[in-house]
Amino acid sequence: MGLQFVLFDSYDPGDFYDELFASPGEPRPEGKLLIDRLNSLSPEEIRMRQQAAKTAMMKLGATFNVYSDSEGTERILPFDMIPRIVSAQEWAYLERGLIQRIQALNLFISDIYSDQKIVKDGVIPEDLINSSKGFLKPCMGIEAPKNIWCHITGTDLVRDRDGQWYVLEDNLRCPSGVSYVLENRRVMKSTFPQIFATLGIQPVDEYPSHLLDTLLNLAPSHIDDPTVVVLTPGIYNSAYFEHSFLAQQMGVELVEGRDLVIADGYVQMRTTKGLQRVDVIYRRIDDTFIDPLAFNPESLLGVPGITEVYRSGRVALANALGTGVADDKVIYSYVPQMIRYYLGEDQILANVPTYLCWEPQQLEYVVANLDKLVVKAANEAGGYGMLVGTQATEEERLEFAGRIKANPRNYIAQPTLSLSRVPTLLGDSFEGCHVDLRPYILYGPQGVYVHPGGLTRVAMKKGSLVVNSSQGGGSKDTWVLF
Amino acid sequence: MLSRVADSIYWLNCYIERAENIARFVDVNQNLLLDSPSGMKQQWRPLVLTTGDLELFKERYGEATAENVIQFLTFDNQYPNSILSCLRLARQNARSVREIISSEMWEQVNEFYMMVRDAAMGDSSYYLPEFFNQVKQQAHLFVGVMDATMTHNEGWHFGRMGRMLERADKTSRILDVKYFILLPSVEDVGTTLDEIQWIALLKSASAYEMYRKRRQHRITPFGVVEFLILDREFPRSIQYCILQAERSLQHITGTRPGTWKNPVDLELGRLRSELDYIMIDEIMNRGLHEFLDNLQTRINMIQEKTFETFFALEPMPETASQSQVS
Repeated sequence: MGLQFVLFDSYDPGDFYDELFASPGEPRPEGKLLIDRLNSLSPEEIRMRQQAAKTAMMKLGATFNVYSDSEGTERILPFDMIPRIVSAQEWAYLERGLIQRIQALNLFISDIYSDQKIVKDGVIPEDLINSSKGFLKPCMGIEAPKNIWCHITGTDLVRDRDGQWYVLEDNLRCPSGVSYVLENRRVMKSTFPQIFATLGIQPVDEYPSHLLDTLLNLAPSHIDDPTVVVLTPGIYNSAYFEHSFLAQQMGVELVEGRDLVIADGYVQMRTTKGLQRVDVIYRRIDDTFIDPLAFNPESLLGVPGITEVYRSGRVALANALGTGVADDKVIYSYVPQMIRYYLGEDQILANVPTYLCWEPQQLEYVVANLDKLVVKAANEAGGYGMLVGTQATEEERLEFAGRIKANPRNYIAQPTLSLSRVPTLLGDSFEGCHVDLRPYILYGPQGVYVHPGGLTRVAMKKGSLVVNSSQGGGSKDTWVLF
Repeated sequence: MLSRVADSIYWLNCYIERAENIARFVDVNQNLLLDSPSGMKQQWRPLVLTTGDLELFKERYGEATAENVIQFLTFDNQYPNSILSCLRLARQNARSVREIISSEMWEQVNEFYMMVRDAAMGDSSYYLPEFFNQVKQQAHLFVGVMDATMTHNEGWHFGRMGRMLERADKTSRILDVKYFILLPSVEDVGTTLDEIQWIALLKSASAYEMYRKRRQHRITPFGVVEFLILDREFPRSIQYCILQAERSLQHITGTRPGTWKNPVDLELGRLRSELDYIMIDEIMNRGLHEFLDNLQTRINMIQEKTFETFFALEPMPETASQSQVS
């Protein structure tokens, strides 16, 4: 064995599920080719490839915006070149679970904005729906084209110490990150060309085509050549690069609110040759900001009156307005029941066990066990409004307990998971860093399509559990094998 | 294409062209004065006069010394027509249409901006003539990159039109500078001193060698003015610029040459045909300065009409039940 595991001889997967190593020195079958390849490279070569990858990302311009007006500084999402690898069977299982989940969620949202049968049959309390921040009353009675509401979903998955997969949360409003999936893959192909030639990794480049199909599917059938646009809040939005990237890859126009106007009952764009009708809008503006006449009157980002055009069926929006109701973490906890109610099936991909603080007994348990739990606000994103009980001080826990008791409907708690890890180049050595996975799921003309792979977000600090980009997280490529 | 995008590409090009031309003005002036006999009073006020922003300058700086005028035109962050401000605005426009222009174009504008910004923050020993040279080079680079990497579609043509109109306007101002530089006495007209000043002017418009090729005889005011206004082939001459602007406009609107569909076609066509048939004697008899002044007014109007026709679109009044906030 001798020189074999030179680089990884001191790598210790530790007391966690390591995505690439079954035990110290023993790579998992799906990771063997990669580890062998890495071991054949000298430390300098490894460093060089990591640096080349960083430079390539910079040049490709996959930036997100952090800026002050005069400077225009843009940041690169930190990227690590060691991918996460998923075997074909494992992916097939995840795919089945995600398809089932999105189908159920779609039926749920459609039901909630029409007859609310799931409420009438006593499966989900009406109060819960009405008190959900993402539930938009003005959307009641709207008929979404082809009855599809969740066109583009990003579902966050994690794996626990025992290797079991869980769904952490669903992102049904404007999930972002897929542009990194595509750019990461581009960079990886030039970093590890030999492996790509040998291993058999499912390609990711078809995403824009599938996305375009998903959007075109929403146009009324009598329109021969529907006009699709991507609606962005503008260059100051942190995900602007992705908006412009996807528009470019699909070959459609990127517009801002101020480029659109309601005329003749349709949404139209201001072009150099006059007004042009828009049929489908991939909107990357949040529900509440999209129409100052229907929602937040202070929004300058949206298009006044667009909701009426949407309601009349003269423009299609993806994602549909109102999908945010299912982003609510309390509603999330009811997904197993939704699957049973709408599909008559058992949940394939498990939810993380969740305590609902608005139930008095569960609230009692949660407050008494804050040091063991992770508590989250029902409608916050990006890791904000969250308490990691195991890492918080007594004071912080006390303060948070107060918040929970003041507004119990707004909090859920979950046991602390030991997220799985992937070897990551930190400084001069490989360390296991915690990861999660966000696959992207489209609901198009052929049903639910799960894009192979997704964004593996990694906590770039040793021992950290925080993977969000806004708080220092980075990303890795995800390889789904054939 | 989206009006907003066309507008941004148009202005991106205008600002880059403007920055290059400011570098040229200051250069003309420096050269003119370097070649003047010592004792002849340094004249920097004329330079400010040709920008049309004399009042603004007087408010902020007072006396028109070399230092003040150069600072005003080159690095003044608050003067919208300084080289620094032009680059900042160019970059801003480029960034908002990044997915339409090529990545090389964006990278080049970004680098150009950073070069100017760094020079602005540097100490006063920064070597100005070299800086102005770099500005010209970077501008050439931008035009080259845009020519070679961006599809010559509607957007590209809006860019070229903006650039050509700007260049025509600025060439006319470079010529105007000479008018304002007073010779010590009327006997100096036609002397070596006069000729040297015309050579300096030609050099600043990068026109000296091309001029020589065209006309082998001596440098005369009529010759130089005719070359810079009426030559149909020299890329910095006013007529050349107007011709190219018109060609780009025809690409955009599809209007047949010699006909018009909108106010921009009309004004631009009229200007171009007047320049087609006017003779240098007529220009000089009318008065060079008056002619140039009138030209600037007309170019300005063409730019306004362009904005009204293509960029500032309002929906039909009777269906504007909820009008768009701009």
